[in-house]
Amino acid sequence: MLLENDVEGIAKLADIQIQKEELTEITVQFNQILEYIDILDSVSEGEVSNSELINVLREDVVIPSLTQEEACANANETEDGHIRAPRVM
Amino acid sequence: MAKEYFFDKADQTNAFITRLDVAMYEESGGPLQGKGIGISDNISTSGIPTTCASRILAGYVPPFDAHVITLLRKAGAAIVGKTNMDEFGAGNTTEHSAYGPTTNPNEASRVAGGSSGGSAAAVATGMVDMALGSDTGGSIRSPAAFCGVVGFKPTNGRVSRYGLIAYSSSMEQIGPLGKTVTDVNTLMSVIAGPDPRDATMYDRPYAHTPSKDIAGMKIAVPDEFFGEGVDPAVAESVRTAIRKLEDAGAETMTCSIPSMSHALAAHYVTGMCEASTNLSRFDGVRFGPPVETKRPWHEEFSDYRGMFFGKEVQRRILLGTFALTEGYYEKYYAKAQVARENMRKDFLRIFRDADIIAGPTMPQIAPKLGEKSDPISMYLADILTAPASLAGVPAISVPCGTVDKMPVGLQLIGRHFEDERVMDAAFAYESEVL
Repeated sequence: MLLENDVEGIAKLADIQIQKEELTEITVQFNQILEYIDILDSVSEGEVSNSELINVLREDVVIPSLTQEEACANANETEDGHIRAPRVM
Repeated sequence: MAKEYFFDKADQTNAFITRLDVAMYEESGGPLQGKGIGISDNISTSGIPTTCASRILAGYVPPFDAHVITLLRKAGAAIVGKTNMDEFGAGNTTEHSAYGPTTNPNEASRVAGGSSGGSAAAVATGMVDMALGSDTGGSIRSPAAFCGVVGFKPTNGRVSRYGLIAYSSSMEQIGPLGKTVTDVNTLMSVIAGPDPRDATMYDRPYAHTPSKDIAGMKIAVPDEFFGEGVDPAVAESVRTAIRKLEDAGAETMTCSIPSMSHALAAHYVTGMCEASTNLSRFDGVRFGPPVETKRPWHEEFSDYRGMFFGKEVQRRILLGTFALTEGYYEKYYAKAQVARENMRKDFLRIFRDADIIAGPTMPQIAPKLGEKSDPISMYLADILTAPASLAGVPAISVPCGTVDKMPVGLQLIGRHFEDERVMDAAFAYESEVL
């Protein structure tokens, strides 16, 4: 059973700001959903087979892609063909 | 030579997010020449806004076409606009759209289904000739059933997903919707062209003319598809449809899919975990409404996502993040993958004796708007469509009568890469009743 401050912790981890007034409802819904998916506890241990998977490889050569102009076209702030982002430090 | 397609049909169901008054198409002599096609708003269209029905992609105009769009244009299609959906595919009613719900063409107080509800409604109302949607756990089949049209989820790997904005990478698939099996087959033949840019794609072009000769086809009918939670009137409608397939020469047998007891939980855990990572790219830096670049990253990123993602998408990202944290990964994600493997094995076992599995697409008729407001009751509606998505097998929904004047869908599921046989079974049913 998750408590409201657990949900706040998850929201911080997920980088999603949730409003204080929504916290109680979200916590209730969270616990309902977790209660439902806890049915997975009754799945017995088993192997997931990867035997049919194959690697898809290609030569490391440049193929046509977006131009720098196209890649920047939807960005909100650009400078000299680069995209400006919030500071991380 | 490029020609103009005038798209002036009224949109009475809120099926479109973006529409072009004049769409251009090539007189290529292709199979879709001059056909008006609606495209789910999570498929990238060069020069046409693509929002995934989310405020977080407001104003985004892709600089490139998804592979399926390139193929449609070559085939002479007129891309007339972008259809409404649940935000990023997170929902099965099209009520979780930043642009308001799409209503059911048969009764405006009911939902269209989802997530590709706009595409199904646009086909049902005749606004478009055909449409593309995407299906992660039923998102093409659900609205097709609720709106009374044909919707097909191909085998995973049969259609390129290059340019489909990712939500749940291991399950989602692009597929066609149309008024008839023939239309859906034509659209499928266009979009199944190979594409080296999608490494999960097999090079298996689709060139098929549907055949109604299904004499001797073996059809398995799972008990679980007619069990608890399935409206008896819907079940009866579908049983009648299966008898029509017998009339057409098919042999039916009963079967059981024990892994279905874990299907929904496995589907939702997998989808939420994948969404929580896939949707982290929406940070307002490369696309979407602007971020404040003067503030520290995490503060700005958190506020931004809290503001622009809808509630259902937030809920799924939060749950996915939680289910992937240390200590819970084994309990949720790892177990979900075992449950998924069990589902695949059940299908493989049944398909040793049967060619097709048949049952209802949806357990009920389209609910009223607002009726599925609590998350669990919404999730439960995917119980019959999630299995084919988990196993990656092809599945189609074909209209099969009505209950309370609302359409019911017959779901036909086939073996991996036997999309053609699924189409034949659907075509045979349609030929029996038309």
